[in-house]
Amino acid sequence: MDKVLTPETLKSDFIDKIAQESDQNVYLCYQCRKCAAGCPVTYETDYTPFQIIQGVIYGQRELVLNSKMIWLCTTCETCTTRCPQEIDIARVMDAARIIAQREGIKAKYPVVPAFFQTSLQNISWFGRLYEVGLIMMLKLRTKDFTKDMGLGIRMFLNRKLKLTPKPTALREVRRIFKKIKEIEETS
Amino acid sequence: MRYAYYPGCSLHSTAFEYDLSMRAVLEKLGIEYEELRGWICCGTSPAHCSSKLLGVTLPIKNLAIAEEDGFRQMIVPCASCFSRLKIALHETSENPELKEKVEQVLNYAYQGSVEVRHPLDILYNEVGLERIRESVRENLSRMKVVCYYGCLLTRPPKAVNFDQCEYPMTMDNLLKGCGIEVLDWSYKTDCCGAGQALALTNIVVKLSRDILDNAKQVGAEAVAVACPLCHSNLDARQSEIEQTYKLSLNLPIFYFSQLIALAMGVDKNKIGLQGHLVNPFPLLKKIKSPSSPARPPSRG
Repeated sequence: MDKVLTPETLKSDFIDKIAQESDQNVYLCYQCRKCAAGCPVTYETDYTPFQIIQGVIYGQRELVLNSKMIWLCTTCETCTTRCPQEIDIARVMDAARIIAQREGIKAKYPVVPAFFQTSLQNISWFGRLYEVGLIMMLKLRTKDFTKDMGLGIRMFLNRKLKLTPKPTALREVRRIFKKIKEIEETS
Repeated sequence: MRYAYYPGCSLHSTAFEYDLSMRAVLEKLGIEYEELRGWICCGTSPAHCSSKLLGVTLPIKNLAIAEEDGFRQMIVPCASCFSRLKIALHETSENPELKEKVEQVLNYAYQGSVEVRHPLDILYNEVGLERIRESVRENLSRMKVVCYYGCLLTRPPKAVNFDQCEYPMTMDNLLKGCGIEVLDWSYKTDCCGAGQALALTNIVVKLSRDILDNAKQVGAEAVAVACPLCHSNLDARQSEIEQTYKLSLNLPIFYFSQLIALAMGVDKNKIGLQGHLVNPFPLLKKIKSPSSPARPPSRG
């Protein structure tokens, strides 16, 4: 046996990137799998949160970024809450999603990053989330025009959806988005 | 104490009934508050799933406005906004480098003088059960309710620091104080699918089915919630859940503030009940009518 698994021999660019984005030390994981047991979407997933953490430790970039798990995650924070080693697993999931979106990796569920990006565009345009605009923008992006149409109409009739946006603090919000983009591109 | 009030985007649209009833309760109790001037979206999941800096900067921007206006406490009814504001405070306190970047973006050094509080916390820990009990005017004792807290009010405890994270009781105790029959159940803090509603709807339909199913099994006639996303998943998606799983649920979903407002005698037409997709009025009529027994008559 010429290779022993230690944090030194396991070193990879991928784990460094995840650590930088999440501020978490995944090596603390002692494999109890409480995160997997509590996760509400394991019935639908390919890898559990536990397997994602192990994937990060072993530098399995493709396995993690191409997994269903990182997009199925509902950010419910159960894994983070129950981890006895206090790894903020939900932040590790955030980090994987951030890296996947930044590197333009095709998501297992493309509608999820489409929803994120559409929502952020919407917030940067209006300062507050404008639901009707968000739904329209998402439909244009996903080309699924019939989904939830009936529900949307019922919600509108019950005064739950407003037709017009209420733009707020537009210059300041745009400035914040622009500045953050600049900082992220230079770091 | 004058509170800043941060409604968040949902309370101005899909959750307008949460806003109406929350304000009604605050006014009944004489709690002074003012909507935060020029508030912006907290960024919710799309922000923290796409950029760490953005996910923290948007919440801190709102706290900075509150701080500049001299507020010491901010009421945040939306569980998602509440969570984002709390997590942003936690992350900037743990990570000085991140804090510095946020200051650089905002051109403002947030001093941390504003405390973020959920109205459940204020009603229970500031107003107190005694005063809540004294303000009750209507008898709602025939209504059987389960309290659904969802994910973000109690998790992760290191950031939000609110009640017990696995089996909270604040909402239960408040509604009991209003004379409502509150039942124990297993899904208090399980996830309804949250923000996946528009993207992966089938996940939401399955998770929300499990929650409503358990509520029905323990004999609840309604569910009380404290989050606009939980409400829209359990209420607006309920007919889709019934169709998908061939179930009959018919469970009205109330914001806890609507139930407290009803107990305090606020006009039922003024708290947005007509906005619900599962009609709550038949249940409200049933619990009022003297002919309906509190318990079903025993057979034989």
